[in-house]
Amino acid sequence: MKMKGSEAIVASLEAEGCDVAFGFPGGVMIPLYDALMDARTLRHILVRHEQGAVHAADGYARATGKVGVCMATSGPGATNLVTGIANAYLDSVPIVALTGQVRGDLIGTDAFQEADTTGITLPIVKHSYLVTDPADIPQVIHEAFHIAGTGRPGPVVIDLPVNISLAEMNYREPTGLDLPGYKPTVEGHTKQIRAAARALAAAERPVLYAGGGVISAGASPELLELAEMLQAPVTCTLMGLGAFPGTHPLFLGMLGMHGSVASNYAIHECDLLVAVGARFDDRVTGKLSAFAPHAEVIHIDVDPAEIGKNVRPFIPIVGDARHVLARIVDEVKALGPEPGRTADWVARTEQRKDEFPFHYDEDMKEGDLAPQYVIEQIDEVTGGDCIICTDVGQNQMWATQYFKYRFPRQFISSGGLGTMGFGLPSAIGAKIGRPDKTVIDITGDGGFQMTMQEMTTAICADAPIVVAMLNNGYLGMVRQWQDLFWEKRYSATCITAQPDFAKLADAFGAVGMKVTGKDEVADALREAIACGRPALIDFRVRQEENVFPMVPSGQSLDEMIGGHAPKKRRAKPAAAKRDATPSAAKPAATPPGKKADAKGGAS
Amino acid sequence: MKHILSVLVENKPGVLTRIAGLFARRGFNIDSLAVGESEKPGLSRMTITIDGAEHPIDQVTKQLHKLINVIKIRDLDPDLTISAELMLVKVRAEGDKRSEALQIAEIFRAKIVDVDRNTLTLRVVGTTEKSEALLELLQPLGIVEIVRTGPIAIARGRP
Repeated sequence: MKMKGSEAIVASLEAEGCDVAFGFPGGVMIPLYDALMDARTLRHILVRHEQGAVHAADGYARATGKVGVCMATSGPGATNLVTGIANAYLDSVPIVALTGQVRGDLIGTDAFQEADTTGITLPIVKHSYLVTDPADIPQVIHEAFHIAGTGRPGPVVIDLPVNISLAEMNYREPTGLDLPGYKPTVEGHTKQIRAAARALAAAERPVLYAGGGVISAGASPELLELAEMLQAPVTCTLMGLGAFPGTHPLFLGMLGMHGSVASNYAIHECDLLVAVGARFDDRVTGKLSAFAPHAEVIHIDVDPAEIGKNVRPFIPIVGDARHVLARIVDEVKALGPEPGRTADWVARTEQRKDEFPFHYDEDMKEGDLAPQYVIEQIDEVTGGDCIICTDVGQNQMWATQYFKYRFPRQFISSGGLGTMGFGLPSAIGAKIGRPDKTVIDITGDGGFQMTMQEMTTAICADAPIVVAMLNNGYLGMVRQWQDLFWEKRYSATCITAQPDFAKLADAFGAVGMKVTGKDEVADALREAIACGRPALIDFRVRQEENVFPMVPSGQSLDEMIGGHAPKKRRAKPAAAKRDATPSAAKPAATPPGKKADAKGGAS
Repeated sequence: MKHILSVLVENKPGVLTRIAGLFARRGFNIDSLAVGESEKPGLSRMTITIDGAEHPIDQVTKQLHKLINVIKIRDLDPDLTISAELMLVKVRAEGDKRSEALQIAEIFRAKIVDVDRNTLTLRVVGTTEKSEALLELLQPLGIVEIVRTGPIAIARGRP
């Protein structure tokens, strides 16, 4: 069928089932935007900055499991996508980014709004294309969706010179896939799977450590079945939250730097650690040489390069988490592990959960609102049935600690890259992908200001999200590090000069509220959720609250500070530091001044 | 230990950049890299040598494999591999030095490919060790310029 390149792009996107694209036009994108006006099923959402487009596509992809699509013009449009592409790359999120490019004959001449987009994005994409023949469009888009969404998902960039969009071409359906260099392993190795099942059936102190790979593979039912069959406690990474029900008695909480005491101790004491779709990131392991010192490790991942990268496993299994877990479940069933084998171990982890819950000073006077309480109230008011998007920093960590994630794709957060400003646009993308769900963006006053122009996008796109801002007047996580490791020298972290956020929300055409007292929290949340419009609640929270427990950067997971719930005395941050160790046998960790270890970068 | 990787790649724009970029980003040092067309249309073969002591070779190959344009990687066994590099070397060859240079070239079966009043240019094909040995002998004469392709390698016999 004869059509223009730009029309072929729209037709190809629709053929891939793409129903929404987030973007911002520009000179070389006019042909494509012109074609979008005649799109049949593809809806375009105009953002107010390209970073918003890519994060929205990311949030959409995480909420729905489909490939997210964003588009931007050449030069500055494309470079504004870069942060979001890197974000999707590090968190293995399937997105396709379409970028305009200058005319083919101008490439390389430093033309107006020219940037080497494929070059700039090379280290942060799963794959990229520079289209040089309009006839290739259907095939390239077909391949891009396939590569983005299969194996270990990731971002794919398609750079489209304007002459390609303008050219007349003969549209032909893609002729299948011919990618000899891309064949992700789905099925795990049978011998390895049997070995893993035997090890699991014999283990007395097993821990299942689930990452984002469980969610992207849709392996949550298999994980639940395996955990219950083995009576094995489960911990999740930041990316894995929701992969296992947070309300389940076998759930230990998140592990790592701001993970639960129960999780980190379980890792420290377990005899078998099963990592599924997780990559032993430094925020998870702390000091690598002291990570899971008594455990043999089974590592299941679809990406062979992750296996052995940080931790050398005893049993490596390359494959899709769902396939592999399902087969391990069958094998374990056949072996029939001795019931009650792990009872002592589970009891020990239970005891740890009782003894060291996440805790904060619940005695709140007027004007002294605990940020943790706000998160608990979000859980309470929604009954846990909502999608939570977060920004990065303290708000994000409290969101992991005080909300119980019940289902996969419920928690959307920038894990690997730690991108401030991710919360709001990702929430818009999530809401557009899942209009049936309440979507709440838990953010801070710092991160919100990085992408707050997207409030307009939420209004125009009719995406009634709730922004729950934990406003402490600080760039809180960096301030926390300065507090703990830099003698409270709060360099450039105090941001009390800021707009009145409730009025600002109002000005955007959203509903703005300000909450200072504990008693107003639930009502404000209910009102914001019910109003049917984008809403922002400015929660004025305790300014110098810290996130505990904390494993200081580069330390072992059993060297947490602030894990101990004080019995009578209320925990003030300084006191929490002295209460450093949950177990009396452990030495106190990290006196301030041990800066070299702590400088790894807060976020 | 040196590893010689034989990497079959799609001959598409930017493939070399992807591979070079991957090595740079992951901090792998390439000792040498040679690339040319292969026996299959549309595919090129790269020979990459890398120090396996410095970098875990399985990480290097696994990361390379993740590139969509990389079709196949072989970590060649040095005992079952033929490898050769091409070297051009220009040496000073005034007066007495000339005959000495010619003699050394003869021993190494190096071809004299250019000559002028002051210099000789030798072309030698062989293992990296052979090139090194030749250079060592030429050193006292005064080496003006060296150009080396780095080795290309092929496994012996049938694949």
